[in-house]
Amino acid sequence: VGKSKVDEEVLDELEEILISSDVGVDTTLKIIRRIEERVARDKFVTTAELDGLLREEIAELLAQNKSDDVSNAFKANVKPYVIMVVGVNGVGKTTTIGKLASQFHKAGNKVILGAGDTFRAAAVDQLKLWGQRVGVTVIDHGMNSDPASVAYDTVKQAVEQEADVVIIDTAGRLHNKVNLMNELSKIKRVMQKFLPDAPHEILLVLDGSTGQNAFIQAQEFTKTTDVTALAITKLDGTAKGGVVIGISDQFKIPVKYIGVGEKIEDLQVFNKKEFVDSLFKRK
Amino acid sequence: MFENLSSKITTAMRTLKGKGRITDVNVASTVKEIRKALMDADVNYKVAKEITDRIKEEAMGQKILIAVDPGQMLVKIVHEELVKLMGSSVQAINLKPDPAIILIAGLQGSGKTTFSGKLAQYLKKSGRNVLLVACDIYRPAAIDQLKVLGEQVGVDVYAEPENKNAVEIAQNAISYGRKMGKRVIIVDTAGRLAVDEAMMNEIAAVKNAIKPSEILFVVDSMTGQDAVNTAKTFNERLNFDGVVLTKLDGDARGGAALSIRHIVDKPIKFISTGEKMDALDQFYPDRMASRILGM
Ligand SMILES: Nc1nc2c(ncn2[C@@H]2O[C@H](COP(=O)(O)OP(=O)(O)OP(=O)(O)O)[C@@H](O)[C@H]2O)c(=O)[nH]1
Ligand SMILES: Nc1nc2c(ncn2[C@@H]2O[C@H](COP(=O)(O)OP(=O)(O)OP(=O)(O)O)[C@@H](O)[C@H]2O)c(=O)[nH]1
Ligand SMILES: [K+]
Ligand SMILES: [Mg+2]
Ligand SMILES: [Mg+2]
Repeated sequence: VGKSKVDEEVLDELEEILISSDVGVDTTLKIIRRIEERVARDKFVTTAELDGLLREEIAELLAQNKSDDVSNAFKANVKPYVIMVVGVNGVGKTTTIGKLASQFHKAGNKVILGAGDTFRAAAVDQLKLWGQRVGVTVIDHGMNSDPASVAYDTVKQAVEQEADVVIIDTAGRLHNKVNLMNELSKIKRVMQKFLPDAPHEILLVLDGSTGQNAFIQAQEFTKTTDVTALAITKLDGTAKGGVVIGISDQFKIPVKYIGVGEKIEDLQVFNKKEFVDSLFKRK
Repeated sequence: MFENLSSKITTAMRTLKGKGRITDVNVASTVKEIRKALMDADVNYKVAKEITDRIKEEAMGQKILIAVDPGQMLVKIVHEELVKLMGSSVQAINLKPDPAIILIAGLQGSGKTTFSGKLAQYLKKSGRNVLLVACDIYRPAAIDQLKVLGEQVGVDVYAEPENKNAVEIAQNAISYGRKMGKRVIIVDTAGRLAVDEAMMNEIAAVKNAIKPSEILFVVDSMTGQDAVNTAKTFNERLNFDGVVLTKLDGDARGGAALSIRHIVDKPIKFISTGEKMDALDQFYPDRMASRILGM
């Protein structure tokens, strides 16, 4: 057996990089095992070649439902195209909605936002300010109103006003709170009374600085609402958001967007290659 | 995903014992399990390594070799080590100068504004005249959010909606607070990333201008590996006095608590356990250790 340059030490270093990026122990071991197999098979693997191998292996785990990076962006292919945004507290749902609305608006779509967070202090005001910034309508029933009826009304008005895109904000909720999770199914159900195929997308927003708990978040939100896409925020810091690799692999949900700041333009379509590059780049 | 570490270790050690003697190798592989569990709980990679190396040394001592149940013994050693690392439970905040000034800092969405409201209520209930200060001039409706919370808990909120200078607002708030005879002034600030130089300079300037008696660093308990970078930088810039761990009503294991304590050696002074204004508690190191270990 030829001595390859990829030895124990290199793999240890790789382990440290992956775990420090929140990839998680299990997914990290999975990646390393695959690399080891390749090294055993191909015999001569230099550390330079390792780089390419790694990218391949991680890219494979980041299964994008067969779509490539360019096609990650949401496409408003029905009218109105309804997106419901969910996630735990403070991850960046409302901000992501503002940024998404801006992208749709700029592309020439008529956008309507629904203020479905009627619980957190000043949540409605926050969304309304984003609506003003972008220049789109926000439907709200005020604080402490029923979020399901806000969603219903928003979809109804979107149809009446011939809007192209509807984005529904929801209150942050921890996935272990059964009542709050049931409320999400209700919001969905009620909006379907008016528009049976709505929502067309359920976007789960994950905070890029979250560790392994994001895995359980994905699991629980998927269980109650059939999440169709992920957005990962706050990647403008030093956190790497590596936990999405295992999430995407296990639940087969594509990562579609990343948040890279607090400004209106700080939302990017997810690019697999750039994401993997960032794991190995030190800031 | 998270199996119960205690039973896992016990089983591992029992198997080893069945095979005959407990050797260095046996202990090493069990310690590796513990390390994995810590990293699954979001304890930082390097911190987990350091802690388990220390535990290994201790475990190699005679007592574990002759223990009736070496697995349980090892679990106990790990648990004790974590409790020790996280310090004692009651860590009061400094309310000495009059008025006492408390500065709240942390990443975006960590729970600063919510905590500010809770702390205001908590101090008000202990009989103090409290003022909340809205220094987040960036986030849409940040001032409104604090005003709503202030109203809920019955505490005045100082804000200058037109002013785009956080340092000035903070200074004006302190003068106002003194004039109004406030005993405690809680300054809520905008969320910021540790790598954002301009924003880190801003909060350092706020600190220098108002000389807080207490600076609290607010961290989301779901935070992963990056907790150490963030805590380190905030501590370098602010030399904060304590940590607030939020969203513990979730099911995150909260390994970040251990990492932060280990890296900056500052006590955890409060925990946040919900969105309501009374969801505030003191920190119990033994409960946290059990939580991290999934016991
Ligand atoms: N640096 C950075 N900050 C972000 C990003 N996305 C959101 N934020 C900030 O994170 C904080 C929380 O964002 P929100 O949009 O209010 O989060 P949310 O999920 O709607 O929060 P709740 O409704 O309270 O659950 C705000 O300070 C945002 O400005 C991002 O990509 N990068
Ligand atoms: N479940 C739960 N939610 C919390 C807790 N603390 C805060 N939250 C929620 O987390 C979200 C963010 O809280 P904020 O207080 O706005 O966080 P912040 O740090 O002020 O955010 P920025 O000002 O945008 O940086 C809100 O939805 C809060 O209701 C907690 O202990 N448990
Ligand atoms: K967070
Ligand atoms: Mg929101
Ligand atoms: Mg705030």
